[in-house]
Amino acid sequence: MLFLPCPWCGPRDETEFRNGGEAGVAYPTDPDALDDAAWAEFLFVRANPEGWFHERWVHTAGCRQWFSVERHTVTNEIRDPRPIGDPA
Amino acid sequence: MSGTRLAAGGGRIDRSRPITVTFDGVTYPAYVGDTLASALLANGVRTVARGIYSGRPRGVAGIGIEEPSAYVQVESGVGEPMVAATVVEAYDGLRASGLAGRGRLLDGPDEARHDHVHTHCDVLVVGAGDGGMATAVAHGGGRVLLCDAAPTLDDSTAREVAALPEARALSRTTVVGAYDHGYFVAVERRTDHLGVVSTTVARQRLWHIRAKQVVYATGVHERPYAFPDNDRPGVMLAGAAAVYARRYGVRAGDAALVAGAHDGALRSALDLADAGVRVALVVDARPDVGGDEVDRLRERGIEVRTGFAVCGTAPDTDGGVAAAHVAPVDASGTVVGDRETVACDLVAVSGGPDPSRGPQRGWGARPGTPAGAGTPTGDPNGVGAAPVALFAVRVPGDETAAERTFLDLQRDATLADVERAVAVGMRSPEHVKRYTTIGTGADQGRTSSTVTLGVLAELTGTPLADLAPTTRRPPYVPVSFALLAGRDRGGLADPERVTPMQPWHVTHEVPFEDVGQWKRPWYVPRDGEDIDTAVRRECRAVRESVGMMDASTLGKIELQGRDVGVFLDRMYTNMFSTLKVGRIRYGVMCHADGMVFDDGTTARLTEDRWLMSTTTGNAAAVLDWLEEWLSTEWPELDVRCTSVTDHWATIALAGPRSRDVLAALAPALDVSAEAFPFMSVREAEVADLPARVMRISFSGELAYEVNVPAWHGLGLWEAVLRAGEPYGITPYGTETMHVLRAEKGFPIVGQETDGTVTPQDLGMGWAVSKKKSFVGRRSYARDDNLRDDRRQLVGLLPDGDRVVAEGAQVVADPSAPMPVPMAGHVTSSYWSVPLDRPFALALVERGESRHGERLYAVDGVDAVPVIVTSPVFYDPEGERRDG
Ligand SMILES: [Zn+2]
Repeated sequence: MLFLPCPWCGPRDETEFRNGGEAGVAYPTDPDALDDAAWAEFLFVRANPEGWFHERWVHTAGCRQWFSVERHTVTNEIRDPRPIGDPA
Repeated sequence: MSGTRLAAGGGRIDRSRPITVTFDGVTYPAYVGDTLASALLANGVRTVARGIYSGRPRGVAGIGIEEPSAYVQVESGVGEPMVAATVVEAYDGLRASGLAGRGRLLDGPDEARHDHVHTHCDVLVVGAGDGGMATAVAHGGGRVLLCDAAPTLDDSTAREVAALPEARALSRTTVVGAYDHGYFVAVERRTDHLGVVSTTVARQRLWHIRAKQVVYATGVHERPYAFPDNDRPGVMLAGAAAVYARRYGVRAGDAALVAGAHDGALRSALDLADAGVRVALVVDARPDVGGDEVDRLRERGIEVRTGFAVCGTAPDTDGGVAAAHVAPVDASGTVVGDRETVACDLVAVSGGPDPSRGPQRGWGARPGTPAGAGTPTGDPNGVGAAPVALFAVRVPGDETAAERTFLDLQRDATLADVERAVAVGMRSPEHVKRYTTIGTGADQGRTSSTVTLGVLAELTGTPLADLAPTTRRPPYVPVSFALLAGRDRGGLADPERVTPMQPWHVTHEVPFEDVGQWKRPWYVPRDGEDIDTAVRRECRAVRESVGMMDASTLGKIELQGRDVGVFLDRMYTNMFSTLKVGRIRYGVMCHADGMVFDDGTTARLTEDRWLMSTTTGNAAAVLDWLEEWLSTEWPELDVRCTSVTDHWATIALAGPRSRDVLAALAPALDVSAEAFPFMSVREAEVADLPARVMRISFSGELAYEVNVPAWHGLGLWEAVLRAGEPYGITPYGTETMHVLRAEKGFPIVGQETDGTVTPQDLGMGWAVSKKKSFVGRRSYARDDNLRDDRRQLVGLLPDGDRVVAEGAQVVADPSAPMPVPMAGHVTSSYWSVPLDRPFALALVERGESRHGERLYAVDGVDAVPVIVTSPVFYDPEGERRDG
């Protein structure tokens, strides 16, 4: 079970959180300007790297805030937790 | 009689405390401190179990959790379906029986108490061996937790623990899993060794441990080498035989053949001789062996034959060892000379030490895990630097030898099985494991894993170091479901949510339907009615007079802030910012892919306070969804969401006489159609309670929803019942609610929808705004959503009186060749009282353009003819909602 660093509450067990998939996938500012392929890319396509992955979590059973971390998908190492929207 | 109790010795037994244990119906003397295995050996019991497939007799082969064969069912105390005799602590009255590979589940529920404990530590020490505590102190000490499987700690370890201010030691505790980020799970056995079933003392505890650092001091397991007929009772690991003498004062045999290929086996031979076992012969597969051990053995007159191995056994009348065959072998373990026979009742064999590979390696650790505290280093296969690595002895000319050479006694798997696996092309240890089942038993292959790798290396000509051991998974030792459940059993397994009106329904013996965690009244039978009769009566009452239902479980989210209207415009497919205070609007919520996710009504209570309702099962998911968009995409919006589902009790009042009932309950409220129009909300006193009344309808009839603070819910229920008495008010449940809404063609999210259905598919294109942007709008212009063969919501009228099964496939031609093309499926199906016939809702390809067409609903094996209709069966003009 992961030990996740909530930027507001500190490290907590994974069972308190929900995973929100890849981070940094913003809702397009003008969806109508996208063709079908680009819209489908936003809807359905996410990175799945072997290595460091930037992903979102929400502290559902805690402060209910969203944040992002980098997680190594092989070792599950976690680094760089930050609130959503907090520039790197 | 083979095994006996020695006159002295045995550090773990208490000779002043004799007890008796019963095995396979026979009672034997033992001592406190014995294991069942040591007690059986002390009483000369050799056959303990049987091979799972071969049925061959099997005895005790090991000393602890590596035991591959002596599995028993414990019948006294709490009972245990399948456990190695070597780890069962003896107590007075212990009863057990031998197994042939499979235990029997206990008849009744396990009534023993099991607890979970959560803890954090700086250093977790797994196992008390190898100076684990000293290592922990060297790591910085702090809060140290030591877990060891043994009944007691040895004196020096106990002193080390006592010397540390924040150290804690758990004996009879096995770490069964190592997971990410220093998370460990351990099992503490507290009462099994006492044989009592206590309801106040937890039988076992499951420890959830978060550790900063871990020290493994789990020691080694001895492995055997394999040879023909190596499974007979009397064949034992050499180290185990020596430990039985030292620890339990038990001589495992009268005359021993000791067979090894490393110095450890020679030391075990000395130990056995010291314990009074006559060592008939020592064979060592290494061609040249010298040194202290050999000298000491020869000084005692014990013959040591080098370049020799045991190559078979001869049975006594019970199938146990009566003699062993030995022969010269080459470096690969193949017999190269004449065999000799040695009379003995104990074959003490040792192929070498294996590091105990768990829970650190493969137990939640993954390949590529960076090295750090707790990552073992060194020889990955743990074979050590033995000059001769002997895994299996082969006897040329003996056609059946390989079939009788057992690698995994627990799985009855042999050298011949591995040869067959290689012959059909298996090379990877993981493939061989699955083909032969070696390593898949309850002992997890502790004595067979390295031996099998060695055999595989020889058969395939692969260097042993290139073969990775197969993955082992937690738990390290078997763990009962009762322990994993802990106290989360029965009513505590999952929260049960009930409404304030629940007591009335319980009193009236109303059956409940589970909706998520909620208990919802299903139907409200009178005089022993069945569900069909009750539901038809309830439907008739709502259509003809008035009914009432507990609707408190509907999700309720209060939204506050200046920007709620803007926010809802983005979240719902239809427009909300234009909604006037005091009015209500139905909305459809979709994910960004344009598929229906939830629906419900939202009321504007004041300029900046709104109340949203969600489906019962989706309330938490909708709140999550709203908060996600607010916090990740639009933090600038002034909107706050609060779940108020449990704060309000809600009664749905439905039917043409509902206005009369409300008028009687709320004399100060103008309930006329003009003053209180459809889709509006009023604050009022109802039954002298502060209430919020909404005029909404899920049945098509004139209807209201009366909300009061939750603690008034039961009082309101009883008041409405009294006020409705003159009209024969009829309580109803979810089943009638479903029938009534289906007659109106109102879809239910999760029943008519499955995540692939758009509002347009449901005939609700009218609820999709063309004027504003909302989440997912772009999806409706995708090619896939513009296909003209999408499944659309329709009604079905089946021939005859049959209510077709929900989920039934809809086909155009049931006699078409297989596979019959599917046109859709039935989503809801009921009997309609006003129609006096069965009806159904379905999703059907191009359904909207097929009204009037004859299709078939395939219900079981019957193709029931159905006519496609509009999904609105009842009052299509909507005249009844004003009463
Ligand atoms: Zn938090």
